[in-house]
Amino acid sequence: MEKFIEHRGKTVALFQPNIDTDQILPKQFLKRIEKTGFGDFLFYDWRFDENGNQNKEFVLNQPQFKHASILLAGKNFGSGSSREHAVWALRDYGFRVVIAPSFGEIFYNNCFNVGLLPINLPEKTVEELVRKNEEIQNYELVVSLLKKKVSDDFGLSIDFEIEDFRREKLLNGWDDIDMILRFEKEIRNYEKKRPAWMPKV
Amino acid sequence: MKTLYDKIWESHVVAYESEKVALLYVDLHLIHEVTTPQAYDGLMKRGRKIRRTDLTIGTLDHSVPTKDTLIEDEFAAKQVQVFRENCNKFGVKFFDLGTQNQGIVHVFAPEMGLVQPGMIIVCGDSHTSTHGAFGALSFGIGTSEVEQVLATQCIRQIKSKNLLIKVEKRLSNSVTAKDLILFVIGRIGTEGASGYVVEYDGEAIRNLSMEGRMTVCNMSIEAGARAGLISPDEVTFEYLKDRAYSPKGKTWDLALKFWEDLKSDSDKAFDVVLSFDASEIEPQVTWGTTPAMVTAVNGFVPDPSEAKNDLEKSSYERALRYMGLEPMQKITSIKIDRAFIGSCTNSRIEDLRMAAKVVKGYRVNPKVKAMVVPGSQTVKRQAEAEGLARIFVEAGFEWRNPGCSMCIAMNDDRLLPLERCASTSNRNFEGRQGRGGRTHLASPAMVAAAAIAGHFVDVRDWRFR
Repeated sequence: MEKFIEHRGKTVALFQPNIDTDQILPKQFLKRIEKTGFGDFLFYDWRFDENGNQNKEFVLNQPQFKHASILLAGKNFGSGSSREHAVWALRDYGFRVVIAPSFGEIFYNNCFNVGLLPINLPEKTVEELVRKNEEIQNYELVVSLLKKKVSDDFGLSIDFEIEDFRREKLLNGWDDIDMILRFEKEIRNYEKKRPAWMPKV
Repeated sequence: MKTLYDKIWESHVVAYESEKVALLYVDLHLIHEVTTPQAYDGLMKRGRKIRRTDLTIGTLDHSVPTKDTLIEDEFAAKQVQVFRENCNKFGVKFFDLGTQNQGIVHVFAPEMGLVQPGMIIVCGDSHTSTHGAFGALSFGIGTSEVEQVLATQCIRQIKSKNLLIKVEKRLSNSVTAKDLILFVIGRIGTEGASGYVVEYDGEAIRNLSMEGRMTVCNMSIEAGARAGLISPDEVTFEYLKDRAYSPKGKTWDLALKFWEDLKSDSDKAFDVVLSFDASEIEPQVTWGTTPAMVTAVNGFVPDPSEAKNDLEKSSYERALRYMGLEPMQKITSIKIDRAFIGSCTNSRIEDLRMAAKVVKGYRVNPKVKAMVVPGSQTVKRQAEAEGLARIFVEAGFEWRNPGCSMCIAMNDDRLLPLERCASTSNRNFEGRQGRGGRTHLASPAMVAAAAIAGHFVDVRDWRFR
């Protein structure tokens, strides 16, 4: 997994609540068996009309927000389905960070297995970032996971919170399986004392 | 003082990596074709094996057709074929299309007795919360985590908080588990249980069958919960007795003794307790694009101008625009084009019995296309044996083969743009049942009644024939 230490990038805002993973990556693309190449399908039903033509009004299609890599979103972003495909789509499109007042829990977990950084900030703070994103052309943020800080070129500096184990994982690009297998002895001991009544297939 | 969640957690800790992060052992890993190919791929790339094929079981459900077993969609066909090959290569048991135990992952597993109290169960599907109905800690995971569990049988977790939802008193006649959970989600919101494992209790919950309890726990995720739980009781034990994978003989006695102790010590063990009165709950119908946008069948579509704040106002306006509804429109005036009875929320035998009771002696409204998709081959056989299938077919419903079908619309079962559907499924998100399609969630009885009337009606006034 790609490490995440610090990232500077352009912002784009989709500030509405409850953007679920069905919107982030619609179901028709869940039939793919690859783990990459989902970027073209991100927000597909919002980005394109029924005939596959770009919807000019949708924010990601507006030229000033091209190549944005930091998404400012509303509360409960990524709720609903567990599909990790939604995170792959955001990553493949070019996003490295999503900032929102809150996230769907499975989506939030999935981000850390893909190398996308989800940041929880208070609703008022996200609103302020959204306002700046509208007012300032090519508005950029610097997101430092190392310092747990979001800042801009205009004096803004906000600390954010993140669980240590998640932070370390992203900073190092660690694979969970390697982490878990350090406990091989404990897993074997646990397996010896599992109750006999539990089903085996 | 401990909650049921605390107890299951503690009995599954393999090790603590740090103060907060635990490695938990997984007792059952359910898999299906959509969220596993990349996980299998990861295993193969690193030359890893599946640690416990004896604790892993699969089915085909999400992208499969429900008309026959021939898959015309080339991507779906490939995904299904890759799933078969991977399971065979790694030695994982799975139920193929057309075989006698195949069905929706959250339907076949409980009905085979694979879900038992006190277990930890995971699956690459958010509705894994269903299995909490048995007092098993069950939650959805992403594909990377599927790979982790395949390789190690363990999952890294931090503990959630404890929320108790007590539903006191009794549900009225024709008001069901689906109405109960939609009502609760309407009250607490899409994030009402975020950060929590929810335990449900109270007289109304205790009076539910296992099918009803599964419906309640299934939709916990729609309120943002990590998992939903109901502590096991006589109803649970009765359901489990003599199922294919339930313990037998002396092992049953041993298990039962353990299961009987699986309950929370006191309401005081919870971080938060919320209480609801079941007798106040009316049949529910969603009007918007989240399950929390819901009201009673005799209610009205809300007026965005009366929303709490600007954000709520704009999301109401957006939802009404998408749904093609007017502010203050009567719910019973909403006409439907399609009716769908199925999904991991409401496709079990009891759901079909409730729907068939409404349908019996009636015809589906000529303007409505209606279908029933049983949750598993077992449900299908049982419904046919009980004569339910005949009632549906004679009324003009299509009677299909098991699968997720029009709940996720990955196969051909989907709404056309602007089509309006009364659905027993779990999500009314934009495009969920097909791009531009409009979904109203309701109970099986309410959907059956709407299919016949052509619009929503209060099933409490239904004249059963």
